[in-house]
Amino acid sequence: MWPRPEIDSSEGIDVSDSASQTSPIERFCTRSQTVGVDVTRVSRADVSSTLADLCDREPSVVGAPLPWTDVSLPDSATTMPTPAELEAASTGITAAVSGIADYGSILLRSTADGVEPVSLFPDRHVAVLHEADVVPDMATAIGEQGEAFREEGASMIVATGPSATADMGELVTGAHGPKEVHVVLFGGEDR
Amino acid sequence: MSSESGSRQQKAARIRELMATEGDAVQANTESFNQGRYESVSRLAEYEELKDEARAIKEEAIERLPELIEELRETVEARGGHVYVAEDAADANRYIEEVVADRDAERVIKSKSMTSEEIEVNEALEARDVDVVETDLGEWVLQVADEAPSHLVAPAIHKSREGIAELFNEVFEPEEPLSSAQELTMFARDKLGELITDAEVGMTGANFITADSGTMMLVTSEGNARKTAVVPDTHVAVAGVEKIVPSVEDLDPFVELIGRSGTGQDITSYVSLLTPPVESPVVDFDRPDEPIDPDSADDREFHLVLIDNGRMAMREDPELKETLYCIRCSACANTCANFQHVGGHAFGGETYTGGIATGWEAGVHGQDSAAEFNDLCTGCSRCVDACPVKIDIPWINVAVRDRINRGKDGELDWLVEGLTPDEDPGGVDLQKRLFGNFETLAKLGSATAPVSNWMADIGPSRAVMERVFGVDRRRNLPEFQRETLVDWFETRPDRSPADPTRQVVLYPDLYTNHVLVDRGKAAVRTLEALGVDVRVPSMPSSGRAPLSQGMIATARSKAEAVADAAAPHLLEDRDIVVIEPSDLAMFQGEYERLLPEKTATAIGENSYEILEYVFGLLENGADDGVLSRPAGDASIAYHSHCQQRTLGLEAHTVAVLDRLGYQVTTSDAECCGMAGSFGYKSEYYELAVDIGDDLCRQLEAADASQVLTSGTSCTEQVGSLGEDDPIHPIELIAPR
Ligand code: SF4
Repeated sequence: MWPRPEIDSSEGIDVSDSASQTSPIERFCTRSQTVGVDVTRVSRADVSSTLADLCDREPSVVGAPLPWTDVSLPDSATTMPTPAELEAASTGITAAVSGIADYGSILLRSTADGVEPVSLFPDRHVAVLHEADVVPDMATAIGEQGEAFREEGASMIVATGPSATADMGELVTGAHGPKEVHVVLFGGEDR
Repeated sequence: MSSESGSRQQKAARIRELMATEGDAVQANTESFNQGRYESVSRLAEYEELKDEARAIKEEAIERLPELIEELRETVEARGGHVYVAEDAADANRYIEEVVADRDAERVIKSKSMTSEEIEVNEALEARDVDVVETDLGEWVLQVADEAPSHLVAPAIHKSREGIAELFNEVFEPEEPLSSAQELTMFARDKLGELITDAEVGMTGANFITADSGTMMLVTSEGNARKTAVVPDTHVAVAGVEKIVPSVEDLDPFVELIGRSGTGQDITSYVSLLTPPVESPVVDFDRPDEPIDPDSADDREFHLVLIDNGRMAMREDPELKETLYCIRCSACANTCANFQHVGGHAFGGETYTGGIATGWEAGVHGQDSAAEFNDLCTGCSRCVDACPVKIDIPWINVAVRDRINRGKDGELDWLVEGLTPDEDPGGVDLQKRLFGNFETLAKLGSATAPVSNWMADIGPSRAVMERVFGVDRRRNLPEFQRETLVDWFETRPDRSPADPTRQVVLYPDLYTNHVLVDRGKAAVRTLEALGVDVRVPSMPSSGRAPLSQGMIATARSKAEAVADAAAPHLLEDRDIVVIEPSDLAMFQGEYERLLPEKTATAIGENSYEILEYVFGLLENGADDGVLSRPAGDASIAYHSHCQQRTLGLEAHTVAVLDRLGYQVTTSDAECCGMAGSFGYKSEYYELAVDIGDDLCRQLEAADASQVLTSGTSCTEQVGSLGEDDPIHPIELIAPR
């Protein structure tokens, strides 16, 4: 047989923002922007004040406790809210267990103290994420949580950008979930 | 009027109506999904690897299914959930009705699930006075409109914004009439928000469920599935048994592929990975002022209803088994020219839509449901590249068509006897039989040409052809040439080069041999000029024509005859060069299913598309100076053939043309709409024309000095519908 004449099919594949080019953190930030998420990078010492600033003019804030030392929710944030408070809240603050660089996604773990409803009901979701928890790709993110799913029966949401729908004839941001998502990324100095 | 002819007219009328009412919305949406898919997968460097991985996971899962069901049952039960494997729809509904009754539920909220549509659980619950509310905005629109989904992923894709606004304004009479997508979305969100708060039961589907952890994956964008799973304390998940995969890690390729393949998004807003009963506290709107209670999760109830409904039998069925790998991403529908123009209300059965629906409907609802729309798959094969689990969707359609043919009683067979010396049993309808036996017609046509071409023009005989065979009278018929390519080659003086670089048999496909003879002559001249020794022996037809009518037995006997005829040439180390892409696709694709493996491999590996071959010769040092270059205007508009593209061979033609100095604009229409016999059939003629018109406008917009088409069908379609007279690329570059 004659060797089949090949045409280089990798032509046209755009890998400009893929792994080799930039660090996962940078990629996470760029991709987040692409999917409509603002990222604020701060030091650990500044997380609490950044959150407070973000909620400054918010009429009602709910939150799920954050798991890091020296990082706390603003005083205005209600934890363990009532259903009425959840519905009325304009901002919900939760932790994210990881960030996925390739997609600009965050992984939210459902907890007994309400990460899922707090990140879902309010119009704006503010997620707090440690830089050490940013992973390069989806396979790593899921692989890291394998045991949590198996051993602890964990539930998680891979959330990418605000909720959206195209069911009404055009793309609209903000369907049943938040219209706006903001990530506070911290801890670069810890690494 | 014969009953066949009457039902053809009815079908034509239905398609005409859907093209008029739903066609525009469906086309705009599916084409944008399809375009999004191309862009999104091009950003994924490991696209092919992920597809292979996804395929392998599904193959393993279906192989081990009984064992995985048991593993999943143990996992879910160990967490306090319940698993029920329902034999059929009635069994599933009975179980779900009980769960709902035990919970004293008055309202069930649902997130989108095709499997729940399959079992019609809404109707079952409503019959028991349970209020069922679809929370996916698209599904809710359909619930309000009382219509069926027309697409696997975007159920209301056939409705325009204007149509939805009109519907809402009429039904809900809002104070200010709604109009923009934003207003409609916010209105629906508020309305549904209220309905969600006092539901007692949440029902979801599941895109995947992992046996090792009992985790279900739900792919959504709106957030409604999240609310459905977290607000009520009782969660019922309905999923086909085929949704089980072994482990959580197996989810990765699907997370990365499903959104890209379906709506062209790299990932949708939410991929829920829920391991119910979930740890989240219940959001109990009956007690709106009591803080959410971390312990309330302990009271959550979870029921996983796994649906068999024919799937375990599909697993044993060699032709339908592959259907179970389907992840229902909708890529096959979005990339399908027929689907783009007519939508799922024509191209779909009782529940499922698009090319793969043939497999699903035949498996879960039975062959009759598949028979309704199965002919809308023309085998163009564009979906094969698009499918993230690499299902041979066209083959499933052919295999089911064959069964449908066999299921019917033969009728009026004496009429075509002699014209139709096929191997298939009596059930094949006359129209299929006529097109399936095109070889006989072509031979007769050439033998009696130009007399035979009376068929093309004389009114009364066209009327008979339309009534008896369903050949639309508006369609031009092929003009058979008196001198076939094989005759021409035999009688011309030997022009083989003294010291040939390669030895070739040029395959005289039916069309090149009998109708488009010039492209065959051009191929011979080109190959010889490039230093190749060419033979054009008489060879049997490939079997494409009967195959596309679902006449597998006839196709197989043709394939065997081709293999016999090709064998001596292959032994002498001759390459087989093919002009007609649909025949090359047979050699390299379907022959694997029709012939012994070794034979199929030998034919497949040694056959080449003509321009692919020219490209190879030039790359290997042949002198391109002998070929024709542009004289003056070098602009070219080129529509490659659907199956040629699936084989990855459009690029070779473009590369050769580039090299010779032509400026090529390529079409992005997935198919010309003609698709062999499809565009001749009276019930599909208008649909075929609708598709072809789009292609013609695209080619005309390129404003090129010459239009090129590689396939016979495309040449006929563009030639009869457009302003241009297309030729094959080989005719353009052949030495003059
Ligand atoms: S057959 Fe393939 S492309 Fe079609 S819906 Fe199923 S997975 Fe998607």
